[in-house]
Amino acid sequence: MTFLLEPLQYEFMQRGMIAAVLVGIVCAIVGTYVVLRGMAFFGDALAHTILPGIALGYLFTGGARETLFWWALGTSIIAALGIGAISKQAQVKEDTAIGIIFAGMFALGIALISTVRSYAVDLSHFLFGDILGVSVQSLWLIVIFGGIVLLIIAAFYKEFLILSFDPILATTLRMPVNLLNNVLLTLIAVTVAVSLQTVGVALMVAMLVTPAATAYLLTQRLPMMMTLAAIFAAFSGIVGLYLSYYLSIASGAAIVLIATALFMIAFAVKKITAR
Amino acid sequence: MYPHIDHLKDKPILDAHQVFVRYSARVALENVTFHLHVGERVAVVGPNGAGKSTLFKVIAGVIQPNSGEVTISGSRPLNHSCIAYIPQRSQVDWNFPVSVSDVVMMGRSAKLGPLKSPKKSDWDFVNHALEVVELSTLSKRQIGQLSGGQQQRMFIARALAQEAELMLMDEPLTGLDTPSQEGLLNVLNKLREDKVTVMVATHDLDQAARHFDRIMLLNHRIVALGNAAEVLRSDILLQAYGARLRPLEGHEGLLTIDDTCCDEGQHF
Repeated sequence: MTFLLEPLQYEFMQRGMIAAVLVGIVCAIVGTYVVLRGMAFFGDALAHTILPGIALGYLFTGGARETLFWWALGTSIIAALGIGAISKQAQVKEDTAIGIIFAGMFALGIALISTVRSYAVDLSHFLFGDILGVSVQSLWLIVIFGGIVLLIIAAFYKEFLILSFDPILATTLRMPVNLLNNVLLTLIAVTVAVSLQTVGVALMVAMLVTPAATAYLLTQRLPMMMTLAAIFAAFSGIVGLYLSYYLSIASGAAIVLIATALFMIAFAVKKITAR
Repeated sequence: MYPHIDHLKDKPILDAHQVFVRYSARVALENVTFHLHVGERVAVVGPNGAGKSTLFKVIAGVIQPNSGEVTISGSRPLNHSCIAYIPQRSQVDWNFPVSVSDVVMMGRSAKLGPLKSPKKSDWDFVNHALEVVELSTLSKRQIGQLSGGQQQRMFIARALAQEAELMLMDEPLTGLDTPSQEGLLNVLNKLREDKVTVMVATHDLDQAARHFDRIMLLNHRIVALGNAAEVLRSDILLQAYGARLRPLEGHEGLLTIDDTCCDEGQHF
C-alpha cells in the first residue's frame, strides 16, 4: 500500500496522475478514429509540425506552460487544416507531401529553439513531455478542452461513424462531408495541443494510436473499442508514472512503454486464441 | 444537413442529359443521355473501365459532371437523400468494428437528423429491413463474418432503412457463387412491390437478360439501351467490347466475352 501511496504525497505526482488519465482518455477516444481511418502518419506529422509554433511562443513569452498551450493550439489547428487541404492536391502523393512539410516544420522549430542558449532542457520537454511540471492551471485547460473534444465526438457520433466507414454514404445522405472532415481534423489538433505537456511531440502518436489499436484487437464494436481504449490509456498513464517514479525514467517514455506492452500482450493473446 | 426535396410525380425518377465526365485527359463518360421511370430495373453492362462506376457516382451526386445534368424526380441529386449507392465489396473495410444492424442503422441517419440518436421506431425499421433481406438472425455479427452474398444483402437492407427510391449497385454479383447470386436477385425482386428503381452494374449478360427490364450497354457513351433482344446482338456487343468479344466455336449465335471479372486491385 505504501508502495502505491508514497508517490502520491507529492502534489506534482497527483497532478501528473490526473493529467495522464485525462489526456489518455481523450487521446484514446480521438485515436479510435485515427486508427480506423488510417491517419497514424497524419497524427505523427501534426504533432511534429506544431514545434515552430511552440518555439515562437517560447521566444516571445519566455516559456510559461499555460501560455505555450495557446501557441500550440493555434499552430496545431492551422497545421491540421493545412495538411488536410494539401492532402487533396494531387501533385505529389499524400504521404510524401505530409512528410516534406512535417520534417521541414520540425527542423524550423528546432532551429528557432536553438537560438536560445539554454535550449536543451526546454527542447527535451517539448519533445518528450514534462508531465510532472503540470500546473493546476494547465490541468483546467486539459479538462476544458478535452471535455469539448469528447462532447463534440458524442454529439456527432453517428456522423463520424458514417464518414469513417463509408464516405460515399455520407455524401448520398447529404451530410456536409468537408465540414465534418475538418471538424475531425480540428478535434485531433486540439487533442495534440492538450496532450503536449504529457508526452511531448515525439511520442504523441503513441498516445493517439497505441491504446486504440490495442482495443481494436479485442473488440468488434466501436463503442466498446472506445471504452477499452480509454481504459488502456488511463491504465498506461497511471502505471507509467509509478514506473517513472520508482525507476527514475522519463515519464512520457514510461507511459508509452506501458501502452506498448499492453498492445503486445493483446496481440499475443489474440494470436494464441485464434489458433 | 440532410436536405429533402419533394419529388415531382410527373418527372422521371432519373433523367440524365448529355453528361460528360473527364479525369484529366481521359474521358470517362461522353454524352450520356437517358431516363428511368419509377420502379424500373436496369442492368448496366460494358467492358472494364467503361465508366459504370463513374456513371453511378454522378447519379448519386458524389462526382459532379464536367458538363450536362442529372436530375432526380425533377431536381439535382444533391437535393436528395433517397439515392443509395452500394459499393463494390472490394471498396469496403470489412474489419471495421460495426455489426450488421449498426451498418443498416447508418441508413436511418438522414431520417434521424443531426444530434439525434435512434428511437425504437428506427430500430423497428432496421429490423424490418433485415427481415426483408433475410438477415435477422445475423444482425449482431461483425460485418466481416458474413458471406459475400450476405454482405450485399446487408447493404440492400441499409438502402431500405434509408428509404431509398433509387438503388445503384456496383457489381453486386461479382465474386458470388450461383446460390448467393440467386438469393440476391430474389431480394431485388421483392423490391418491385415498393416501386424502388434499381440500376445494377454487372458483367453477367445472361443474368442481365433474365432479371432486368432493360439493359444499358455502356462504353463511355451509351452504345445501346433497351430490352435484351434489342441490346444483346452480336453487332451491337461488338461495338462495345471490340476485340475482347469472339464467337464461340460451334455454337451458332453464341458469344463469349474475354472480360468477365475484376477491376485492378480487386481481390476475392
